[in-house]
Amino acid sequence: MSILVLADLHEGQLAGATAHVIAAAQQIGGDIDVLVAGEGVQAAAEAAAKLDGVSKVRVADNAVYAHQLAEPMGALLVELAGDYTHVLASASTTGKNVLPRLAALKDVSQLSDVIAVDSADTFKRPIYAGNAIATVKSDDVLKVITVRSTGFDAVGEGNSAPVEAVDVVVENSQSSFVKEELAASDRPELGGAKVVISGGRGMGNGENFKLLDGIADKLGAAIGASRAAVDAGFVPNDMQVGQTGKIVAPDLYIAVGISGAIQHLAGMKDSKVIVAINKDDEAPIFQVADYGLVGDLFEILPELESKL
Amino acid sequence: MKVLVAVKRVIDYNVKIRVKADHSDVDLTNVKMAMNPFCEIAVEEAVRLKEKGVATEVVAVTVGPKAAQEQLRTALALGADRAIHIETDERAESLAVAKLLAKVVEEEQPGLVVLGKQAIDTDNNQTGQMLAALTGLPQGTFASEVAVDGEKVHVTREIDGGLQTIALTLPAIVTTDLRLNEPRYAKLPDIMKAKKKPLDVKTPADYGVEVASKVSLLKVESPAERKGGVKVASVDELIDKLKNEAKVL
Repeated sequence: MSILVLADLHEGQLAGATAHVIAAAQQIGGDIDVLVAGEGVQAAAEAAAKLDGVSKVRVADNAVYAHQLAEPMGALLVELAGDYTHVLASASTTGKNVLPRLAALKDVSQLSDVIAVDSADTFKRPIYAGNAIATVKSDDVLKVITVRSTGFDAVGEGNSAPVEAVDVVVENSQSSFVKEELAASDRPELGGAKVVISGGRGMGNGENFKLLDGIADKLGAAIGASRAAVDAGFVPNDMQVGQTGKIVAPDLYIAVGISGAIQHLAGMKDSKVIVAINKDDEAPIFQVADYGLVGDLFEILPELESKL
Repeated sequence: MKVLVAVKRVIDYNVKIRVKADHSDVDLTNVKMAMNPFCEIAVEEAVRLKEKGVATEVVAVTVGPKAAQEQLRTALALGADRAIHIETDERAESLAVAKLLAKVVEEEQPGLVVLGKQAIDTDNNQTGQMLAALTGLPQGTFASEVAVDGEKVHVTREIDGGLQTIALTLPAIVTTDLRLNEPRYAKLPDIMKAKKKPLDVKTPADYGVEVASKVSLLKVESPAERKGGVKVASVDELIDKLKNEAKVL
């Protein structure tokens, strides 16, 4: 077997998710090549060569691959995929954007968000926002897979794999990059944060969400919200954690004034440790929380902030 | 410009799902079904483009069982002009749906196709991208803003860590993310009117597309149940537990 892993980049640098995808590739078995595609990505390629388990790094460094736009990236993967039995990428917004194009052009299905490898053709993946786990077997000649990084521990960095250039250059006249606005906030992004603190309808209004700021600063946490808080107009939709919002699995999730509707639980129940703060001791959130604190959040939050 | 919008019938997002006792799949008997939330956003965007005078006609399409006509009627009540139902009782995977939609695109020649970024049942997040690849059209996925400007469409995309804006030549494929808009509710008179709007019924065979997939579903299980933990009495006890027991601080 031979596996091609599409490296994930963040602002031109190798993103941490790639080391998790390589771990998934190791479980499948066989040679593992990493494709680093973009513009000015030599440093990312060298970083990828250090990752354990990598046989070689292939670098497509060309302006047409800048920002990893879907059309040229898909075309590049189609050119290269013939050498491989599996093509893997992280289930990041880049992997999700690009890989289905490869699958469609090769007339094969894609397996999305794989969390476990049973064998080279059988995998586990969450469906219904993680409320069920499906075991699926692919009989396609080429397996195209996106990997959820939380399912696999990252490989180490003791390797020095050879780096070789890929000279495939494709045309793209259909899409062009205009601009990027990456969150300037010191807070981590919701999907990748190690700690998340979320507020619900119990916060009362949008102004009160400021009570979460100080705690988030001290913990290096991202701030989220329940759908109820979003629907009530307290905070914008991009903060929503839940089945129709972001799915998160941090080391620590703190739910404040959140009752624990099914659709919210679907978005956070894979967190390692869950803390619930709610005045209603019958709230369903306590059924999934490792630590529950019953009380008035307007007293608890300032105390928590001062004692952390 | 004609806008094609694809919708999917899925379990209502508020329903707690149950896995069948034989682990063959999720049990959908007597479960409330609805339009996939991301598809609602797609319909809303298409209707707004018509209200702004950018779109001249909105065509809704679905692939699914007979009952999926309910979701097409919802799309019609929300403002779509006509609908196409590609009827199949088979489990149609993303690739098969994309192949069918590619045939509809060929027939209808829309200027823009809008789809939800993913369905909340299979959570694949593939169909729009596959459709773009099969039709050879550019794609703007996970859109939080769509602006049609002459021969191009500017799409602002929700990417990890922020927003990215790209320009695509038309025709193009767009998939919707949550922030794109807030879908309206259908009004009763519109629901009545929707019953009279045209709805064409086709089959995959009409388009010469094979629905069967090479991926088989071996087993569906409930995830490991999470057990409730302990209640703590004070903030001090909570911090102590997080530091010394859970070791996350």
